[in-house]
Amino acid sequence: MLAFNLEYYKPKTIEEAVECFFLLKKENKRAIYYSGGTEILTLGRLNLLQMDAVIDIKSISECLEFNFEHNQLIAGAALSLTYIEERNYFPLLSTVAKEVADHTARNKITLGGNVCGQIFYREAVLPFLLCDSNVVIAGEGGKETASIHQIFNGAFQLEEGQFLIQLLTDQEYITMPFASLKKRQQWETGYPLITVSSIKVDNRLRFAFSGLCSFPFRSTEMEDALNQANKSLHIRIQQAIDHIPAQVLDDIEGSREYRLFVLRNTLEEIITELEGEG
Amino acid sequence: MHIIGKGIMRKDSLEKVTGHAKYTADFESKKMLYGRLVTSPHAHANIKQIDTSSAEKINGIRAIITGENLPLTGEEMKDRYPIAKERVRYYGEVVAVVVADTPFQAMQAAEAIKVNYEFLPVVNSPSEALKADAPLLHPDLENYEKINMVYPVPGTNIASKTKIRKGNLEKGWQESEVIVEEAFAFRPSDHAAMETRAVFAQIHPDGMIELTASSQAPFMIKRLIADYFNVELGRIIVNTPLVGGAFGGKASVQLELLAYLATKAVNGRLVKIVNEREEDMVTSPGHIGLEAQVKLGCTKEGILKAAEILFLWDGGAYSDKAIDLSRAGAVDCTGPYHIDNIWCDSLCMYTNHPFPAPFRGFSHSEVHFAFERTMDVLAQKLNMDPLELRARNAILPGHTTPTQVVLNSSTVGNLPECIRKLKMLLNWEEGQVIDVGPNKVRAKGVSCVWKTSTIDPDASSGVILTFNKDGSINLISGVVEIGTATKTVLAQILAEKLKMDINEIHVQMGVNTQSTPEHWKTVASRGTFMAGRAVLTAAEDVIKQLKSLASFLLRASTEDLEVGYGKVYVREEPKQYIPIKEIAYGYSFPEGLSIGGQMIGRGTYILRGMTHLDKETGAGRPGPEWTVGAEGVEIELNTRDYTYRVLKAVAVIDVGKVLNEKTALGQVKGSMSMGLSFAARETFRFDREGRVLNPQLRTYRPLRFGEHPKYEAAFVETPHLDAPYGARGVGEHALIGMPAALGNSLSTALSVKINYLPMIPEVLWKMKERGK
Amino acid sequence: MTEKIAIPLNVNGEIREVVIRPADTLLDVLRNELSLTGAKPGCLNGDCGACSVIVGGTVYKSCIMLAVEAIDSKITTIEGLKNSPIQEAFIKHFAFQCGYCTPGFIINIQALLEKHSNPTYETIKEWLSSNICRCTSYEEIEGAVFSVVEKSSDE
Ligand code: FES
Ligand code: FES
Repeated sequence: MLAFNLEYYKPKTIEEAVECFFLLKKENKRAIYYSGGTEILTLGRLNLLQMDAVIDIKSISECLEFNFEHNQLIAGAALSLTYIEERNYFPLLSTVAKEVADHTARNKITLGGNVCGQIFYREAVLPFLLCDSNVVIAGEGGKETASIHQIFNGAFQLEEGQFLIQLLTDQEYITMPFASLKKRQQWETGYPLITVSSIKVDNRLRFAFSGLCSFPFRSTEMEDALNQANKSLHIRIQQAIDHIPAQVLDDIEGSREYRLFVLRNTLEEIITELEGEG
Repeated sequence: MHIIGKGIMRKDSLEKVTGHAKYTADFESKKMLYGRLVTSPHAHANIKQIDTSSAEKINGIRAIITGENLPLTGEEMKDRYPIAKERVRYYGEVVAVVVADTPFQAMQAAEAIKVNYEFLPVVNSPSEALKADAPLLHPDLENYEKINMVYPVPGTNIASKTKIRKGNLEKGWQESEVIVEEAFAFRPSDHAAMETRAVFAQIHPDGMIELTASSQAPFMIKRLIADYFNVELGRIIVNTPLVGGAFGGKASVQLELLAYLATKAVNGRLVKIVNEREEDMVTSPGHIGLEAQVKLGCTKEGILKAAEILFLWDGGAYSDKAIDLSRAGAVDCTGPYHIDNIWCDSLCMYTNHPFPAPFRGFSHSEVHFAFERTMDVLAQKLNMDPLELRARNAILPGHTTPTQVVLNSSTVGNLPECIRKLKMLLNWEEGQVIDVGPNKVRAKGVSCVWKTSTIDPDASSGVILTFNKDGSINLISGVVEIGTATKTVLAQILAEKLKMDINEIHVQMGVNTQSTPEHWKTVASRGTFMAGRAVLTAAEDVIKQLKSLASFLLRASTEDLEVGYGKVYVREEPKQYIPIKEIAYGYSFPEGLSIGGQMIGRGTYILRGMTHLDKETGAGRPGPEWTVGAEGVEIELNTRDYTYRVLKAVAVIDVGKVLNEKTALGQVKGSMSMGLSFAARETFRFDREGRVLNPQLRTYRPLRFGEHPKYEAAFVETPHLDAPYGARGVGEHALIGMPAALGNSLSTALSVKINYLPMIPEVLWKMKERGK
Repeated sequence: MTEKIAIPLNVNGEIREVVIRPADTLLDVLRNELSLTGAKPGCLNGDCGACSVIVGGTVYKSCIMLAVEAIDSKITTIEGLKNSPIQEAFIKHFAFQCGYCTPGFIINIQALLEKHSNPTYETIKEWLSSNICRCTSYEEIEGAVFSVVEKSSDE
């Protein structure tokens, strides 16, 4: 149960949704775009998130698209993670999505909700960072498309009233060799200690991380270090660790030192697997 | 035997699989008001001010209760205000209760209450609590009212000290050729029953106080409310419907007191309070933590000569059941072995942590983790097979326990036989550690267990049987159905005794303390034993009544009659009989004259021969019998990254007699599951300020489907002569050995001592790296 | 619109009108407005699965779903399930003790079987790890599921 009241809107078009947002704003009401809503409801119950209204985007057809067009995979923000897994158009995304929360929860958790959430793991963003995907966003000024690297910096940098509609990924990336590993404190339940995803593009490995720092990221410096073909695996990994862009997390899932231990092992596993693949 | 031992279908089956089974929170009424707790975000602080002014303005608020003018409470020592007064001593402690027309309004008001705190230094572990300069959590300790066997040390944070002194420790060390000493630690954790605690209460116009609570101890609620608030016992009624898991956590009385205060504050109107999960985990009592030191000495042949043990229990902010827990740990401090010289100090320490309730196994998995891990360390030093070391020291009839009870073949089960069976089931001969290829080993670890039930010496249980006109029987017992199927087993015992169809026995699932005879508490695996005995007595009573009426109708003396198969018949002439249904409600002659009336059977049972423990030596008889067992796990460990899986968990328990095969297996396997979950993943995580960082099932993670190993359970049947059909307690024993067995398997696989819980890969990594 | 609103819900084959706050979760509405208390609150946080119900053929945790989101869908709660093979299997395999998690498990398994008549162990595990049972060892539940799967694949 939420400790506050809510207005609920379910627009059918992007324009209606944005209009709704700004109309509410005029009435001094804080609205939140609502997709799966799982995080809004869990944080709202604990009063860690307050709002006056939610705008449900699940009836907006663009947000539900999942298909290939012009050699691009369009993935709508309101698709549930299990739907994405079942279609399996994007195997890396399916692999990453499958590790989020649990199956029943993933029937509700959506792509947009996961990558735009407050809970900082946002693991479903990793494949898109790796594939240099584009992002379609709607806002007061209408629809716009931008590279994910412009707009995602630990979290989506959206302006007031903007929301994520789709993620666009070049088909060629989707078929590239990939690996993704989620390591947890113990067994198969819970948040990640770290999640590392990787794809191999033109014989170069790309890496993106979640759970390592307090935001998910892809780091070119780390990639450079890890791709030094002439150095030993050990040195490559050590140099990558030297380039981690922020403080490594030290929390109830695991200590900083232990995360680094797990990171070393995980990188080793991934590199061995992907470099082995010729 | 026609029905004992069989896997009879549970009596609560249909209700439970159709969603119609009702638990406390499922009861709703238009008249209901709703209570909501305001809890402390700090572990130790003075309450400077509570501002309720904006909360009071919210619509529908009927009362806001704070901790003024309330009596001190506590089961063994009264040291806790039901709502904090002036000072909070743990994260999650209740500082106010709001009562409102709707849950929503109550929640809004709770949010609107502003409390001003002044921080105090935090005691974050029992060893910290013991330090000479530790903040004193209960300066008033010496003035607290307490019962027998509670020995606080005023001026310290020791809430109670239990001493075990058996034999002569010095002599023991002299006789010892090999000595080891180990230290252990783990933090408090939680039961995490799926149903959070819930209660609703009202005071009727005639003054009758009626509560409905999700509890293992409805009769204790009644007693304690009477005691704490000075109410006549007979004016309190407690109902308990089905309970959604308890594991000891619902044997404490806590939320019920708040419900009583809430209804009192609104002129007796009906008030319901349901714990949120977060409150259930930290505000209501949880699972105790422990720091322990164990020193063992033995001869070269591995015969144990001396045990010196120190327990520092993390008793949390208030002693309530913690004292009893620390005492129970002392009583069976050594594990199931014969040792002549034992010294144990068991200290129940105050800390700024949530306070504990009993937890399945009642301190035994905790102390066994320490003791049985040390046994393995000793075996290693002796270069002896760890099961062999255990077999050589196994407790047997004729031996004495740490509290100097002399055992016989009825009061203790057959441990050597359990060990023998375990060896087979674990395929022990194949070796304890097997290399299975790159960076992978398989390893086995074992633990023996024992437990008696330290329950009040005057605990009793009663049963009433009433007949229906068709000859079927209603079985009414104060045992709470917490999931263990005890009421089904009671029906089996009755069906066996009366040789009748179990479908003609109707059990009353709920408890109403006014109309249901008392069963002390549904804890300590004593339900079947005590209520079972009461069922047998009640059945005897019914048989006597049936025979006496039938004797007159059949013109045969009572000694020549038998009861069974729905009839009373002449033993030698079975064709001469009268159907029970014709006399169960009295007998009517053809002309209409009637005699008898509804037959009602009654039975009560009180435990025999329990005594208090001596203050200086601990000598005394704490429980009726000792159930023993031997357990093991097999793991597969990745030695590179320290991840592992539990492949198999095995328990061999001497249960005396299997009464219902399926439910007994369910209890044993469920216990193992909970034990592994506790051992490998569960703990509260505290920050430096003593706050619990993971009071949710998302971050506090019980075992899930698919993470479970294969379970194997086997039984040994050495009857306990006092018990119905010889059955011993079985509800918790298989949990006891799991932490130690897992610890032993991991320690063996890694050749490093794993003495901390939970045993997550990070802990293994840390211990191993430290040794490098 | 912060006031209460009246909405129709299609629950277990009946259209029921309820008056709710838009902020009410489906779990709250089922339990408090419709007295369907089979779905249980275990955490209200999407973690335990005790509140699972089927909405439009998909299983959801009703504590992390607004009732208004279910307006146009058929909702099936445990009360809407009668004599299903999985219910019988739960009894036979002693797949519950306290029974509190049982409605959630049964609903989830029902949804699973409607989607996959012959699921692999991996699929079963993926689905059922959404729910917590604190009493059983899960082996009993596993046994119940397999007994139903085997039966239906025999047919
Ligand atoms: S109550 Fe919904 S998942 Fe726990
Ligand atoms: S049967 Fe009790 S939680 Fe599953």
